[in-house]
Amino acid sequence: MNPTRPWLLIGAFAAALLPVAAAADSSTTLLNVSYDPTREFYSAYNDLFAKHWKAKTGQTVTIQQSHGGSGAQARAVIEGLDADVVTLALAYDIDAIAKAKLLPADWQTQLPDASSPYTSTIVFLVRAGNPKKLHDWNDLIAPGVNVITPNPKTSGGARWNFLAAYNFGLHANHNDDAKARAYVAALYKNVSVLDSGARGATTTFTERGIGDVLLAWENEAILSVREHPGAYQIVVPRTSILAEPPVAVVAANAAKHGTQALAEAYLKGLYEPDAQKLACFYGYRPRLVSVLRGCGTHFAIADLVTIARFGGWQTAQKRFFGEGGVFDQIYEAH
Amino acid sequence: MFRSRDAIPGRGIALGSTIAIVTLVVFIPLAAVVLAMQGISAETLARALFTQRALAAFRLTLLASLAAATIDLALGSYLAWVLVRYRFAGRRVLDALIDVPLAIPTAVTGISLATLYGANGWIGGFLEAHGVHVAYTPLGIGLALTFVGLPFVVRSVEPVLAELPRELDEAAATLGADRATILRRITLPLILPAMLTGFALSLGRALGEYGSVVFISGNMPGRTEIAPLAIVTHLEEYDYQGAAAIATALLVISFVLLAAINGLQRRLSVAKAAV
Repeated sequence: MNPTRPWLLIGAFAAALLPVAAAADSSTTLLNVSYDPTREFYSAYNDLFAKHWKAKTGQTVTIQQSHGGSGAQARAVIEGLDADVVTLALAYDIDAIAKAKLLPADWQTQLPDASSPYTSTIVFLVRAGNPKKLHDWNDLIAPGVNVITPNPKTSGGARWNFLAAYNFGLHANHNDDAKARAYVAALYKNVSVLDSGARGATTTFTERGIGDVLLAWENEAILSVREHPGAYQIVVPRTSILAEPPVAVVAANAAKHGTQALAEAYLKGLYEPDAQKLACFYGYRPRLVSVLRGCGTHFAIADLVTIARFGGWQTAQKRFFGEGGVFDQIYEAH
Repeated sequence: MFRSRDAIPGRGIALGSTIAIVTLVVFIPLAAVVLAMQGISAETLARALFTQRALAAFRLTLLASLAAATIDLALGSYLAWVLVRYRFAGRRVLDALIDVPLAIPTAVTGISLATLYGANGWIGGFLEAHGVHVAYTPLGIGLALTFVGLPFVVRSVEPVLAELPRELDEAAATLGADRATILRRITLPLILPAMLTGFALSLGRALGEYGSVVFISGNMPGRTEIAPLAIVTHLEEYDYQGAAAIATALLVISFVLLAAINGLQRRLSVAKAAV
């Protein structure tokens, strides 16, 4: 072997590593680790924020995004993915990052509205004309109705679906837990496919044409209707759950990168009117009432409860989705 | 310069580097999986491995993988035989196509199979009309596993078949053996070790397969949930120990099966040498 070869290789390696090292030192790069359905919203918001930041500080900021399942993303951050901010589906996932001491345990008090700048809810997506006449939760347990929802064991979105259904069960039966459980058991009897993620369930319903109704995030449902005009319609049930996707600065990483101020400004900016308008455009419910009002007619206001109804995510996760929890029980009873 | 007395120089370096590579690339990651179980309580272990649901997942994974590897064994050996024995237009293309399942992302496999075999798919629509449900049943899982495992058998058997001297067949024929006898008494025994290798590889692949299966299985608890999905389920709950316990169990199952197949192979080649 040519003796100069190894040095060439090492040199090439070092050269390849240099820009990485330089980028890590610069305080004008920000990594936002998020979950799947926010891809479009955040690419629009990143441009908006970069413009603001340039006008304010003269600094050019590059924002990198990473998307995946909410739980998988949280685990990646715990294992060392260098996120400056996380914008995930569930407070439960950010709690797990807090447990790993990467951000303070009281992270949810650091920004307004329990640190969730936009919200969403669970609605029904049905085929055009609503052929099975599905108007509320009770219609979903009729025989012959095929319901599509992902597996709550693997999908954060599916947990919201489950809790929205359970909430209806409580609502309709004067808070009788046994009856609420019977309702969700009947509902899941009508489910023939439990996809592993929310996007997978949407594909099963829209592309594969399976099912009469998809339990979906409102923002996903709005995008589906927009993408396939005339094929689907949204049904807003009488009661549902208010999903509050939270955001937080990963304090330990931001301190390491010297990006605290930038990261905070990035998240605070989400509450500004122009960002809230963007959220509205991508199907989320803005927090700012003035924006929500002007947001168009697609936000029918259902009777919404929050996760606090179930004692917060830590409690709800254990009781409903943990090993041997309510979800497991309704399948063991089958 | 050469202190070694071996006929082939460089034995020390070769051995050292081999151990280093196997340790870094294979052993350490596997050991990390086992170590992740550290401090697991008996209760967590029992919940991860021995609930009805966990057992159902293991049974399904094992049975579907064995079935798929067996089908691959038959189909793959046949394909290899045709590809080696006959020359025809498009043979090269066909030969290249066989490797495609190894190259495409498994999620693509799962989604396209679910689309094809779903109730509204080209093939699924036809089958459903005849009362056969493929997508979202164990049959669909077997189908996905067969797809991803096929290349292993073909690629193991093909080169061995190609190397078989034709003289053997010709000699047998002059002694009055018909084609079936030649296949049974000459060809099959010679390629059996390679067939077993292919079987073992496709079985190993099937036991751990996740990406393609989750899209076609429907993931119904107790019915179409595979063991690798249970790993992801535990990870979603940040239950690293439970996930590691299932992974270790799968590792042990694969290891035992592969060791058994290896042993069988050794006995076969000993028997062959004795002939």
